[in-house]
Amino acid sequence: MASLKDLRGRINSVKSTRKITQAMKMVAAAKLRRAQAQAEAARPYAERMEAILASLGAVVASSPTAPRMLVGNGADRVHLLVVVTADRGLAGPFNTNVGRLARNRIRALEAEGKQVKLLTVGRKGASFLKREFASRFIAEVSFAGRKRVEFADAEAVAVQVTELLEEGAFDVCSLIYNRFRNVITQIPTEQRLIPAPIPEAAAPATDRLAALYDYEPTEEEILATLLPRNLAIQIYRAILESAAGEQGARMTAMDNATRNAGEMINKLTLNYNRTRQANITRELIEIISGAEAV
Amino acid sequence: MATFQFELVSPEKLLLSRQVEMATIPAAEGEMGVLPGHAPMIVALRGGIIRVRENGAETETLFVGGGFAEVSPERVTVLADEATPLASLSRAASERRLAEAEAALREVQTSDPEAKRDAALARVLAMRTAVEAAQAA
Repeated sequence: MASLKDLRGRINSVKSTRKITQAMKMVAAAKLRRAQAQAEAARPYAERMEAILASLGAVVASSPTAPRMLVGNGADRVHLLVVVTADRGLAGPFNTNVGRLARNRIRALEAEGKQVKLLTVGRKGASFLKREFASRFIAEVSFAGRKRVEFADAEAVAVQVTELLEEGAFDVCSLIYNRFRNVITQIPTEQRLIPAPIPEAAAPATDRLAALYDYEPTEEEILATLLPRNLAIQIYRAILESAAGEQGARMTAMDNATRNAGEMINKLTLNYNRTRQANITRELIEIISGAEAV
Repeated sequence: MATFQFELVSPEKLLLSRQVEMATIPAAEGEMGVLPGHAPMIVALRGGIIRVRENGAETETLFVGGGFAEVSPERVTVLADEATPLASLSRAASERRLAEAEAALREVQTSDPEAKRDAALARVLAMRTAVEAAQAA
Protein backbone atom coordinates (compact mmCIF):
# COMPACT_ATOMS: atom_id res chain seq x y z
CA MET A 1 0.00 0.00 0.00
CA ALA A 2 1.18 3.50 -0.85
CA SER A 3 2.61 5.47 2.01
CA LEU A 4 0.91 8.55 3.37
CA LYS A 5 3.54 10.78 1.84
CA ASP A 6 3.00 9.30 -1.63
CA LEU A 7 -0.75 9.75 -1.34
CA ARG A 8 -0.36 13.34 -0.23
CA GLY A 9 1.88 13.98 -3.23
CA ARG A 10 -0.63 12.49 -5.64
CA ILE A 11 -3.53 14.43 -4.17
CA ASN A 12 -1.61 17.66 -4.56
CA SER A 13 -0.63 16.89 -8.12
CA VAL A 14 -4.20 16.05 -9.13
CA LYS A 15 -5.36 19.22 -7.41
CA SER A 16 -3.01 21.35 -9.45
CA THR A 17 -4.02 19.54 -12.62
CA ARG A 18 -7.61 20.37 -11.80
CA LYS A 19 -6.69 24.00 -11.40
CA ILE A 20 -5.11 24.00 -14.83
CA THR A 21 -8.01 22.28 -16.56
CA GLN A 22 -10.45 24.57 -14.84
CA ALA A 23 -8.52 27.64 -16.01
CA MET A 24 -8.33 26.23 -19.55
CA LYS A 25 -12.07 25.74 -19.52
CA MET A 26 -12.63 29.36 -18.55
CA VAL A 27 -10.23 30.58 -21.21
CA ALA A 28 -11.89 28.39 -23.83
CA ALA A 29 -15.31 29.74 -22.83
CA ALA A 30 -14.13 33.33 -23.28
CA LYS A 31 -12.45 32.57 -26.58
CA LEU A 32 -15.48 30.64 -27.76
CA ARG A 33 -17.65 33.69 -27.37
CA ARG A 34 -15.24 35.74 -29.46
CA ALA A 35 -14.84 33.05 -32.11
CA GLN A 36 -18.59 32.60 -32.36
CA ALA A 37 -19.13 36.32 -32.79
CA GLN A 38 -16.54 36.40 -35.53
CA ALA A 39 -18.11 33.44 -37.30
CA GLU A 40 -21.52 35.07 -37.12
CA ALA A 41 -20.19 38.39 -38.42
CA ALA A 42 -18.87 36.63 -41.50
CA ARG A 43 -22.19 35.01 -42.30
CA PRO A 44 -24.03 37.87 -44.09
CA TYR A 45 -21.27 38.27 -46.65
CA ALA A 46 -21.19 34.55 -47.40
CA GLU A 47 -24.98 34.45 -47.77
CA ARG A 48 -25.16 37.35 -50.17
CA MET A 49 -22.22 36.04 -52.11
CA GLU A 50 -24.04 32.75 -52.51
CA ALA A 51 -27.13 34.53 -53.83
CA ILE A 52 -25.17 36.44 -56.45
CA LEU A 53 -23.21 33.38 -57.41
CA ALA A 54 -26.37 31.34 -57.80
CA SER A 55 -27.88 33.83 -60.22
CA LEU A 56 -24.65 34.27 -62.17
CA GLY A 57 -23.63 30.64 -62.15
CA ALA A 58 -26.90 29.50 -63.65
CA VAL A 59 -26.35 31.83 -66.62
CA VAL A 60 -22.73 31.05 -67.31
CA ALA A 61 -22.42 27.37 -66.33
CA SER A 62 -24.01 26.13 -69.53
CA SER A 63 -21.81 28.20 -71.83
CA PRO A 64 -18.68 26.52 -73.23
CA THR A 65 -16.42 29.32 -72.00
CA ALA A 66 -17.43 28.83 -68.37
CA PRO A 67 -14.44 29.29 -66.05
CA ARG A 68 -12.75 26.17 -64.74
CA MET A 69 -13.27 27.20 -61.17
CA LEU A 70 -17.02 26.93 -61.69
CA VAL A 71 -17.39 23.82 -63.79
CA GLY A 72 -14.05 22.06 -63.22
CA ASN A 73 -12.00 20.72 -66.09
CA GLY A 74 -14.16 17.69 -66.65
CA ALA A 75 -11.62 15.27 -65.22
CA ASP A 76 -11.86 13.53 -61.86
CA ARG A 77 -8.40 12.07 -61.41
CA VAL A 78 -6.43 14.26 -59.03
CA HIS A 79 -8.11 15.36 -55.83
CA LEU A 80 -6.90 18.19 -53.64
CA LEU A 81 -8.07 18.00 -50.05
CA VAL A 82 -7.86 21.10 -47.91
CA VAL A 83 -7.95 19.92 -44.30
CA VAL A 84 -8.71 22.49 -41.62
CA THR A 85 -7.82 21.67 -38.01
CA ALA A 86 -6.71 23.48 -34.89
CA ASP A 87 -3.16 24.44 -34.03
CA ARG A 88 -3.39 23.13 -30.51
CA GLY A 89 -4.45 19.91 -28.93
CA LEU A 90 -6.19 19.23 -25.63
CA ALA A 91 -9.54 19.67 -27.27
CA GLY A 92 -10.93 16.18 -26.95
CA PRO A 93 -11.53 14.33 -30.21
CA PHE A 94 -11.77 17.58 -32.19
CA ASN A 95 -8.65 17.20 -34.32
CA THR A 96 -8.75 13.43 -34.49
CA ASN A 97 -12.27 13.47 -35.93
CA VAL A 98 -11.28 15.63 -38.88
CA GLY A 99 -8.06 13.69 -39.29
CA ARG A 100 -9.91 10.42 -39.38
CA LEU A 101 -12.42 11.69 -41.93
CA ALA A 102 -9.56 12.90 -44.10
CA ARG A 103 -7.72 9.61 -43.72
CA ASN A 104 -10.76 7.55 -44.72
CA ARG A 105 -11.36 9.84 -47.67
CA ILE A 106 -7.77 9.56 -48.86
CA ARG A 107 -7.87 5.78 -48.57
CA ALA A 108 -11.18 5.57 -50.41
CA LEU A 109 -9.97 7.83 -53.22
CA GLU A 110 -6.70 5.98 -53.60
CA ALA A 111 -8.52 2.67 -53.62
CA GLU A 112 -10.42 4.01 -56.64
CA GLY A 113 -7.10 4.67 -58.30
CA LYS A 114 -7.19 8.43 -57.90
CA GLN A 115 -4.33 10.65 -56.92
CA VAL A 116 -4.63 12.70 -53.75
CA LYS A 117 -2.88 15.91 -52.78
CA LEU A 118 -3.08 17.51 -49.39
CA LEU A 119 -3.07 21.05 -48.14
CA THR A 120 -3.49 21.44 -44.40
CA VAL A 121 -4.49 24.45 -42.39
CA GLY A 122 -3.53 24.08 -38.73
CA ARG A 123 -0.65 22.19 -37.18
CA LYS A 124 -2.56 19.30 -35.65
CA GLY A 125 -4.03 18.03 -38.89
CA ALA A 126 -0.64 18.25 -40.52
CA SER A 127 1.07 16.13 -37.89
CA PHE A 128 -1.79 13.62 -37.83
CA LEU A 129 -1.79 13.06 -41.59
CA LYS A 130 1.97 13.25 -42.04
CA ARG A 131 2.46 9.93 -40.30
CA GLU A 132 0.75 8.10 -43.10
CA PHE A 133 0.49 10.42 -46.08
CA ALA A 134 3.64 12.56 -45.99
CA SER A 135 4.21 12.08 -49.73
CA ARG A 136 0.84 13.66 -50.62
CA PHE A 137 1.56 16.97 -48.90
CA ILE A 138 1.92 19.99 -51.11
CA ALA A 139 1.58 22.72 -48.51
CA GLU A 140 0.73 23.37 -44.90
CA VAL A 141 -0.49 26.59 -43.40
CA SER A 142 -0.64 27.46 -39.74
CA PHE A 143 -2.02 30.42 -37.87
CA ALA A 144 -0.40 29.41 -34.58
CA GLY A 145 0.18 32.28 -32.20
CA ARG A 146 -2.27 34.53 -34.01
CA LYS A 147 -4.99 36.16 -31.96
CA ARG A 148 -7.56 36.08 -34.72
CA VAL A 149 -7.58 34.94 -38.29
CA GLU A 150 -8.19 37.74 -40.76
CA PHE A 151 -9.91 37.40 -44.10
CA ALA A 152 -6.58 38.14 -45.79
CA ASP A 153 -5.14 34.94 -44.29
CA ALA A 154 -7.91 32.84 -45.78
CA GLU A 155 -7.46 34.69 -49.04
CA ALA A 156 -3.79 33.72 -49.12
CA VAL A 157 -4.82 30.06 -48.90
CA ALA A 158 -7.39 30.61 -51.65
CA VAL A 159 -4.75 32.22 -53.88
CA GLN A 160 -2.57 29.17 -53.38
CA VAL A 161 -5.44 26.90 -54.43
CA THR A 162 -6.19 29.11 -57.44
CA GLU A 163 -2.59 28.99 -58.59
CA LEU A 164 -2.57 25.22 -58.30
CA LEU A 165 -5.76 25.08 -60.34
CA GLU A 166 -4.22 27.24 -63.05
CA GLU A 167 -1.18 24.98 -63.16
CA GLY A 168 -3.56 22.06 -63.59
CA ALA A 169 -2.24 20.43 -60.44
CA PHE A 170 -5.63 18.98 -59.53
CA ASP A 171 -9.10 18.35 -60.96
CA VAL A 172 -11.36 18.40 -57.93
CA CYS A 173 -10.90 20.31 -54.69
CA SER A 174 -12.69 19.61 -51.41
CA LEU A 175 -12.55 21.14 -47.99
CA ILE A 176 -12.60 19.03 -44.83
CA TYR A 177 -13.31 20.81 -41.57
CA ASN A 178 -15.30 20.71 -38.35
CA ARG A 179 -18.67 22.35 -38.81
CA PHE A 180 -19.82 24.14 -35.70
CA ARG A 181 -23.26 22.91 -34.81
CA ASN A 182 -23.31 23.96 -31.17
CA VAL A 183 -20.92 24.20 -28.28
CA ILE A 184 -20.79 20.47 -27.67
CA THR A 185 -21.27 19.18 -31.20
CA GLN A 186 -18.86 19.68 -34.06
CA ILE A 187 -19.49 17.73 -37.21
CA PRO A 188 -16.56 16.75 -39.42
CA THR A 189 -17.73 17.80 -42.87
CA GLU A 190 -16.53 17.50 -46.41
CA GLN A 191 -17.46 20.28 -48.78
CA ARG A 192 -16.69 20.50 -52.48
CA LEU A 193 -15.05 23.73 -53.63
CA ILE A 194 -14.10 23.12 -57.24
CA PRO A 195 -16.12 22.61 -59.36
CA ALA A 196 -18.30 24.99 -57.39
CA PRO A 197 -21.63 23.47 -56.41
CA ILE A 198 -24.44 25.67 -57.69
CA PRO A 199 -27.51 25.62 -55.47
CA GLU A 200 -30.04 23.66 -57.50
CA ALA A 201 -33.16 24.97 -55.84
CA ALA A 202 -32.32 28.52 -56.79
CA ALA A 203 -31.97 27.69 -60.47
CA PRO A 204 -35.55 28.18 -61.74
CA ALA A 205 -35.98 31.47 -59.91
CA THR A 206 -32.66 32.79 -61.13
CA ASP A 207 -33.52 32.19 -64.77
CA ARG A 208 -36.02 34.93 -64.48
CA LEU A 209 -33.66 37.18 -62.50
CA ALA A 210 -30.71 36.55 -64.74
CA ALA A 211 -32.62 37.86 -67.71
CA LEU A 212 -33.43 40.91 -65.64
CA TYR A 213 -29.99 41.81 -64.39
CA ASP A 214 -27.57 44.04 -66.22
CA TYR A 215 -23.92 43.24 -65.76
CA GLU A 216 -21.14 45.74 -65.69
CA PRO A 217 -18.61 44.77 -66.97
CA THR A 218 -19.66 41.44 -68.57
CA GLU A 219 -20.94 38.34 -66.78
CA GLU A 220 -17.70 36.51 -67.50
CA GLU A 221 -15.52 39.24 -66.08
CA ILE A 222 -17.56 39.55 -62.93
CA LEU A 223 -17.55 35.81 -62.52
CA ALA A 224 -13.80 35.70 -63.03
CA THR A 225 -13.28 37.88 -59.97
CA LEU A 226 -16.26 36.58 -58.03
CA LEU A 227 -15.19 32.93 -58.06
CA PRO A 228 -11.78 33.32 -56.38
CA ARG A 229 -13.49 35.54 -53.85
CA ASN A 230 -16.07 32.88 -53.20
CA LEU A 231 -13.33 30.32 -52.75
CA ALA A 232 -11.68 32.59 -50.19
CA ILE A 233 -14.92 33.17 -48.33
CA GLN A 234 -15.65 29.44 -48.18
CA ILE A 235 -12.20 28.77 -46.75
CA TYR A 236 -12.57 31.70 -44.36
CA ARG A 237 -15.87 30.38 -43.16
CA ALA A 238 -14.42 26.93 -42.61
CA ILE A 239 -11.51 28.37 -40.64
CA LEU A 240 -13.83 30.43 -38.47
CA GLU A 241 -16.22 27.56 -37.84
CA SER A 242 -13.32 25.33 -37.02
CA ALA A 243 -11.94 27.95 -34.61
CA ALA A 244 -15.28 28.25 -32.84
CA GLY A 245 -15.62 24.47 -32.76
CA GLU A 246 -12.13 24.10 -31.35
CA GLN A 247 -12.95 26.31 -28.38
CA GLY A 248 -16.25 24.51 -27.86
CA ALA A 249 -14.55 21.13 -27.96
CA ARG A 250 -11.82 22.29 -25.62
CA MET A 251 -14.38 23.64 -23.21
CA THR A 252 -16.22 20.33 -23.11
CA ALA A 253 -13.01 18.35 -22.83
CA MET A 254 -11.69 20.51 -20.01
CA ASP A 255 -15.01 20.37 -18.21
CA ASN A 256 -14.81 16.58 -18.25
CA ALA A 257 -11.20 16.65 -17.16
CA THR A 258 -12.03 18.94 -14.25
CA ARG A 259 -14.83 16.63 -13.17
CA ASN A 260 -12.63 13.54 -13.44
CA ALA A 261 -9.93 15.24 -11.42
CA GLY A 262 -12.50 16.02 -8.71
CA GLU A 263 -13.56 12.39 -8.57
CA MET A 264 -9.99 11.26 -8.38
CA ILE A 265 -9.26 13.67 -5.54
CA ASN A 266 -12.23 12.28 -3.62
CA LYS A 267 -11.02 8.72 -4.10
CA LEU A 268 -7.48 9.56 -3.14
CA THR A 269 -8.59 11.51 -0.08
CA LEU A 270 -10.67 8.54 1.08
CA ASN A 271 -7.72 6.28 0.56
CA TYR A 272 -5.45 8.72 2.38
CA ASN A 273 -7.76 8.90 5.40
CA ARG A 274 -8.16 5.13 5.54
CA THR A 275 -4.42 4.63 5.44
CA ARG A 276 -3.91 7.23 8.13
CA GLN A 277 -6.53 5.56 10.34
CA ALA A 278 -4.99 2.15 9.74
CA ASN A 279 -1.61 3.48 10.78
CA ILE A 280 -3.01 4.93 14.01
CA THR A 281 -4.81 1.70 14.82
CA ARG A 282 -1.67 -0.30 14.15
CA GLU A 283 0.41 1.93 16.39
CA LEU A 284 -2.17 1.68 19.16
CA ILE A 285 -2.17 -2.11 18.93
CA GLU A 286 1.60 -2.10 19.09
CA ILE A 287 1.63 0.12 22.18
CA ILE A 288 -1.10 -1.85 23.95
CA SER A 289 0.41 -5.23 23.20
CA GLY A 290 3.79 -3.86 24.28
CA ALA A 291 2.30 -2.69 27.60
CA GLU A 292 0.58 -6.05 28.13
CA ALA A 293 3.78 -7.95 27.57
CA VAL A 294 5.57 -6.07 30.35
CA MET B 1 -38.32 61.21 -50.04
CA ALA B 2 -38.35 57.63 -51.25
CA THR B 3 -35.78 55.33 -49.76
CA PHE B 4 -34.30 51.92 -50.43
CA GLN B 5 -32.52 49.31 -48.34
CA PHE B 6 -28.75 49.75 -48.44
CA GLU B 7 -26.46 47.04 -47.16
CA LEU B 8 -22.70 47.08 -46.95
CA VAL B 9 -20.97 43.86 -45.95
CA SER B 10 -17.32 42.97 -45.79
CA PRO B 11 -16.11 39.41 -45.24
CA GLU B 12 -15.47 40.27 -41.62
CA LYS B 13 -18.75 41.96 -40.76
CA LEU B 14 -21.97 43.69 -41.71
CA LEU B 15 -21.15 47.40 -41.68
CA LEU B 16 -24.37 49.08 -42.72
CA SER B 17 -27.92 47.99 -43.21
CA ARG B 18 -30.58 50.65 -43.36
CA GLN B 19 -32.96 52.72 -45.45
CA VAL B 20 -31.21 55.45 -47.42
CA GLU B 21 -32.15 57.96 -50.11
CA MET B 22 -29.16 57.68 -52.34
CA ALA B 23 -25.87 55.85 -52.51
CA THR B 24 -22.87 56.60 -54.69
CA ILE B 25 -20.74 53.56 -55.39
CA PRO B 26 -17.40 53.34 -57.22
CA ALA B 27 -18.32 50.93 -60.02
CA ALA B 28 -15.51 49.52 -62.15
CA GLU B 29 -16.56 51.67 -65.09
CA GLY B 30 -17.17 54.90 -63.23
CA GLU B 31 -18.92 56.31 -60.18
CA MET B 32 -22.53 55.36 -60.05
CA GLY B 33 -25.29 57.10 -58.13
CA VAL B 34 -28.16 54.84 -57.13
CA LEU B 35 -31.63 56.12 -56.31
CA PRO B 36 -34.66 54.06 -55.34
CA GLY B 37 -36.12 52.08 -58.25
CA HIS B 38 -32.83 51.56 -60.03
CA ALA B 39 -32.77 48.92 -62.76
CA PRO B 40 -31.41 45.57 -61.52
CA MET B 41 -27.67 45.28 -62.02
CA ILE B 42 -24.66 43.40 -60.79
CA VAL B 43 -21.55 45.56 -60.96
CA ALA B 44 -17.92 45.06 -60.09
CA LEU B 45 -16.40 47.76 -57.90
CA ARG B 46 -12.96 49.29 -57.89
CA GLY B 47 -11.32 50.84 -54.86
CA GLY B 48 -13.07 54.05 -53.98
CA ILE B 49 -15.43 55.89 -51.70
CA ILE B 50 -19.05 54.96 -51.00
CA ARG B 51 -21.28 57.89 -50.08
CA VAL B 52 -24.68 57.48 -48.50
CA ARG B 53 -27.35 60.17 -48.35
CA GLU B 54 -30.18 60.18 -45.84
CA ASN B 55 -32.66 62.98 -45.09
CA GLY B 56 -31.05 65.24 -47.66
CA ALA B 57 -27.57 65.07 -46.18
CA GLU B 58 -24.52 62.89 -46.67
CA THR B 59 -24.35 60.72 -43.56
CA GLU B 60 -21.79 58.04 -44.28
CA THR B 61 -18.61 57.93 -46.28
CA LEU B 62 -16.63 54.74 -46.41
CA PHE B 63 -13.59 53.53 -48.27
CA VAL B 64 -13.96 50.19 -50.04
CA GLY B 65 -11.10 48.27 -51.61
CA GLY B 66 -13.07 46.73 -54.48
CA GLY B 67 -15.81 44.15 -54.53
CA PHE B 68 -19.29 43.79 -56.02
CA ALA B 69 -22.67 45.37 -55.74
CA GLU B 70 -26.05 43.93 -56.46
CA VAL B 71 -28.59 46.60 -57.33
CA SER B 72 -32.31 46.02 -57.51
CA PRO B 73 -35.21 48.51 -57.40
CA GLU B 74 -35.73 48.16 -53.65
CA ARG B 75 -32.29 47.21 -52.35
CA VAL B 76 -28.58 47.59 -52.90
CA THR B 77 -26.11 45.10 -51.47
CA VAL B 78 -22.44 45.95 -51.58
CA LEU B 79 -20.02 43.08 -51.05
CA ALA B 80 -16.80 44.90 -50.29
CA ASP B 81 -13.39 43.24 -50.10
CA GLU B 82 -12.67 45.55 -47.24
CA ALA B 83 -14.50 48.57 -45.97
CA THR B 84 -13.45 51.29 -43.53
CA PRO B 85 -15.34 54.42 -42.53
CA LEU B 86 -13.33 57.43 -43.71
CA ALA B 87 -13.19 58.78 -40.19
CA SER B 88 -11.26 55.78 -38.96
CA LEU B 89 -8.99 55.48 -42.00
CA SER B 90 -5.44 55.95 -40.81
CA ARG B 91 -3.20 57.92 -43.12
CA ALA B 92 -0.01 56.19 -42.06
CA ALA B 93 -1.53 52.74 -42.52
CA SER B 94 -2.92 53.61 -45.96
CA GLU B 95 0.44 54.97 -47.06
CA ARG B 96 2.16 51.84 -45.89
CA ARG B 97 -0.30 49.69 -47.79
CA LEU B 98 0.08 51.87 -50.88
CA ALA B 99 3.83 51.30 -50.71
CA GLU B 100 3.24 47.55 -50.38
CA ALA B 101 0.86 47.54 -53.34
CA GLU B 102 3.37 49.51 -55.44
CA ALA B 103 6.11 47.07 -54.53
CA ALA B 104 3.85 44.18 -55.54
CA LEU B 105 3.13 45.90 -58.85
CA ARG B 106 6.85 46.25 -59.57
CA GLU B 107 7.28 42.54 -58.94
CA VAL B 108 4.72 41.67 -61.61
CA GLN B 109 6.25 40.34 -64.84
CA THR B 110 4.86 40.95 -68.29
CA SER B 111 4.72 37.18 -68.64
CA ASP B 112 2.22 36.91 -65.79
CA PRO B 113 -1.44 36.36 -66.67
CA GLU B 114 -3.30 39.52 -67.52
CA ALA B 115 -5.74 39.06 -64.63
CA LYS B 116 -2.86 39.11 -62.16
CA ARG B 117 -1.35 42.28 -63.66
CA ASP B 118 -4.73 43.98 -63.61
CA ALA B 119 -5.28 42.97 -60.00
CA ALA B 120 -1.93 44.42 -58.92
CA LEU B 121 -2.63 47.69 -60.71
CA ALA B 122 -6.16 47.87 -59.33
CA ARG B 123 -4.76 47.41 -55.85
CA VAL B 124 -2.33 50.32 -56.28
CA LEU B 125 -5.13 52.55 -57.55
CA ALA B 126 -7.40 51.53 -54.67
CA MET B 127 -4.71 52.26 -52.10
CA ARG B 128 -3.96 55.60 -53.74
CA THR B 129 -7.62 56.50 -53.32
CA ALA B 130 -7.39 55.46 -49.68
CA VAL B 131 -4.38 57.70 -49.09
CA GLU B 132 -6.09 60.65 -50.75
CA ALA B 133 -9.23 60.06 -48.73
CA ALA B 134 -7.23 59.80 -45.53
CA GLN B 135 -5.49 63.07 -46.32
CA ALA B 136 -8.74 64.85 -46.98
CA ALA B 137 -10.31 63.51 -43.80
